Amino acid sequence: MKHRYLPMTEEDKKAMLETIGVSSVDELFSDIPEKVRFNGEYNIKAAKSETALMKELSKMASRNADLKQNVSFLGAGVYDHYMPVIVDHVISRSEFYTAYTPYQPEISQGELQAIFEFQTMICELTGMDVANSSMYDGGTALAEAAMLSAGHTKRKKIIVSGAVHPESREVLKTYAKGQYLEVIEVPVNDGITDIEALKGLANEEIAAVIVQYPNFFGRIEPLKELEEIVHANKSLFVVSSNPLSLGVLTPPGKFGADIVIGDAQPFGIPTAFGGPHCGYFAVTTKLMRKVPGRLVGQTTDDQGRRGFVLTLQAREQHIRRDKATSNICSNQALNALAASVAMTALGKKGVREMAAANLQKTHYAKNTFKEAGFEVVYEGHSFNEFVVKLNKPVKEINQELLQKGIIGGYDLGRDYPELANHMLVAVTEQRSKEEIDTLVKEVGDLHA
Amino acid sequence: MHNQDQALIFESSTPGRIGYSLPEMDVPELDLSSLLPEGYLRSEEPELPEVSELDIMRHYTALSRRNHGVDSGFYPLGSCTMKYNPKINENVARFNGFAHVHPLQDESSVQGALELLYDLQQHLIEITGMDEVTLQPAAGAHGEWTGLMMIRSYHEANGDLKRTKVIVPDSAHGTNPASASVAGLETITVKSNEYGLVDLDDLRRVVGEDTAALMLTNPNTLGLFEENIMEMAEIVHGAGGKLYYDGANLNAVLSKARPGDMGFDVVHLNLHKTFTGPHGGGGPGSGPVGVKADLIPFLPKPLITKRGEEYGFDYDRPQSIGRVKPFYGNFGINVRAYTYIRSMGPDGLKAVTEYAVLNANYMMRRLAEYYDLPFDKHCKHEFVLSGRRQKKLGVRTLDIAKRLLDFGYHPPTIYFPLNVEECIMIEPTETESKETLDSFVDIMIQIAKEVEESPEIVQEAPHTTVVGRMDEATAARKPILKYQKA
Repeated sequence: MKHRYLPMTEEDKKAMLETIGVSSVDELFSDIPEKVRFNGEYNIKAAKSETALMKELSKMASRNADLKQNVSFLGAGVYDHYMPVIVDHVISRSEFYTAYTPYQPEISQGELQAIFEFQTMICELTGMDVANSSMYDGGTALAEAAMLSAGHTKRKKIIVSGAVHPESREVLKTYAKGQYLEVIEVPVNDGITDIEALKGLANEEIAAVIVQYPNFFGRIEPLKELEEIVHANKSLFVVSSNPLSLGVLTPPGKFGADIVIGDAQPFGIPTAFGGPHCGYFAVTTKLMRKVPGRLVGQTTDDQGRRGFVLTLQAREQHIRRDKATSNICSNQALNALAASVAMTALGKKGVREMAAANLQKTHYAKNTFKEAGFEVVYEGHSFNEFVVKLNKPVKEINQELLQKGIIGGYDLGRDYPELANHMLVAVTEQRSKEEIDTLVKEVGDLHA
Repeated sequence: MHNQDQALIFESSTPGRIGYSLPEMDVPELDLSSLLPEGYLRSEEPELPEVSELDIMRHYTALSRRNHGVDSGFYPLGSCTMKYNPKINENVARFNGFAHVHPLQDESSVQGALELLYDLQQHLIEITGMDEVTLQPAAGAHGEWTGLMMIRSYHEANGDLKRTKVIVPDSAHGTNPASASVAGLETITVKSNEYGLVDLDDLRRVVGEDTAALMLTNPNTLGLFEENIMEMAEIVHGAGGKLYYDGANLNAVLSKARPGDMGFDVVHLNLHKTFTGPHGGGGPGSGPVGVKADLIPFLPKPLITKRGEEYGFDYDRPQSIGRVKPFYGNFGINVRAYTYIRSMGPDGLKAVTEYAVLNANYMMRRLAEYYDLPFDKHCKHEFVLSGRRQKKLGVRTLDIAKRLLDFGYHPPTIYFPLNVEECIMIEPTETESKETLDSFVDIMIQIAKEVEESPEIVQEAPHTTVVGRMDEATAARKPILKYQKA
């Protein structure tokens, strides 16, 4: 057996067996009882050469309608954004991607410093005091925020807005079952969390109230009013937020959020059929020692040189074991690096310019639909997304659009039965005026 | 600031510089305040850096040079399987049809992606000997929790509500008890015997009507195969519990023993370990979970299915534990793992384990004379040494690890598992050459001699790295977790 990833020669093998004092490799497996031994080879596809495999997989990839060949108006939590070309160059440096968790700070300063910078940028955008080194994604970060809240307040009930991403709410419910927490959903009214309903549900048994900003429908939740209701009962205020939107939106930290979580996918991370993306988790100083996952802190070495280390590890699973409140170990470090590079490239001015472009183009698209005679449900402001009412199933329209190279919006009927035939249209800075006009025209033609 | 400090990107910022090129604004621009509710337009700019594109590349290139990866040098970090990360994986994962596909597109427009996932599932079913696999969990710990949630749901569905205890060996990874706790289960520990294996008598003592599962890594974290696995399975199954396989060490048994054949009911794999999705500086990983038939109804939804030649999602799963992650898992990592498996084939995967085990045993035998070997028998893909002999001379295992840095090596895992004093856990993997193994062993022997002759060299190490030992106590006592302008 010769393979480019396996360097041992027959001679090496012979010499090594001699040192070990056995006559064959098989002897090294003699501790595996005959009863459980697997004899032979797996019944799986035979190995392919590099060239043949590239060809086969490239063909497989081409069977997918991708966002480069098609024009996408699909969002619902995952967006087609500008990705500075340098992002991929940085994360392709194998010193980063072939390393593991920086357990040895002396030879991991690069990764540690990059994470420290990521934590800083997330704090800047969210207006929070402390951010961790990343979570799996926005959905699991939201569930971890609920668990932190329950542990911190010693309460067992979580309120979540119906305008939070449906898949995040599903993940929350799975985690809640694990922790014996009760999840209560606040209904949506006119595309926004129903404040009156929340007032009725909020009480001193609630650990946390979770809302999304901008919410699943692209609307701006009134954080100021919500915060007052939440904190009146000493519950924690958890805000799930698209970090790009915070280039133009007042950050949740300014409104008194206790935990801000979300996904940094809009910053330099490809859609990749849903993952890997990059969850983030930010809190106030008060909750610093309860944050799940890894934290990087600044310190100095024995000669006074600045350096960075993994810190406050007493919170984590490998120290606390069964007393740990989160089991997260690996996170999304490489994607946090990608997001850092994108945030760095955009910088102070670019992040606002990009967020503003999303706002402007969303507004333009919404207006264009209205002018073409469509009913855009929910009056008011929108970031990235808005809802258009159609006269036939979204799935049908989308199949037709795809023939024209357009990936249509999300079918809201999947999660909200009352919104059957309603499309959630996403517009980012990537969409040109011409593409938006074409979408409206094509949907209009299909609508007739 | 010390004159040797590496600047933070914020310290390199100059107002007015930019590093981006956004698409043209070709729609009419309105006043931003008219596009947001009153009070919601951000008034203070976030303090992000203002740098040029070259500034950014220089910054990150400098950072990368202060980082050690597998491509930089040998990385024998036990239990982490730091093998070579094939470059074809990176290319394939970047194909437009994989990297730039939206998870909510119509199924008909993502048949290639679904085919890959379905076929990866089929390969993992064969490799693990299980009946079905979900690719949804994002990492090993996430897979552990998913598997335990399924076991809990299984017992609950049988009306078996008392089964709340998960048994883990004292050598278990910290995520095991933490995952149990997050799944709402309690942990009890079963002791290891003098041979480093689970003590069967102690196992018999702790199992009972409250046993939900036994969680086991096989080979265990000492690198030893649990030879009594069938007896253990009998004991646990006899008591009505389930067997959970932590796949962290699967690299030791590819084509040699399958968890499904050893009696395990649930298994998670770490695709970023055995199957080369790179470690990424701490993630993203991927932690698929395989189950036996009786647990299939509890798998997270959706499942990826094949009907005729069409691939799709099955959401109609009333007994499912629910979703554990938005969408379908860390697809990009799954693409890399699939590419790897297809590059290796059945004979390749068999050779992987044979060389991984050969390499570990070779190093163990060469080092046995210089460091204490707590368990003197054939190891699997990794082995543990104890630095207790060196400790008596005033040199700790931590010092030995730091001394290795001076020679360009990433140290082994240290102080884990917890049941071995001054533990040094070495996992060479199959992708390293004999020359590399020999050089490392030679340096370990040299260090053992230094401990005897000039211990201060080891105690004060490292001497050649960009920073020395860090003041971790102050970092934890007075945490500085973000940059603040002086």
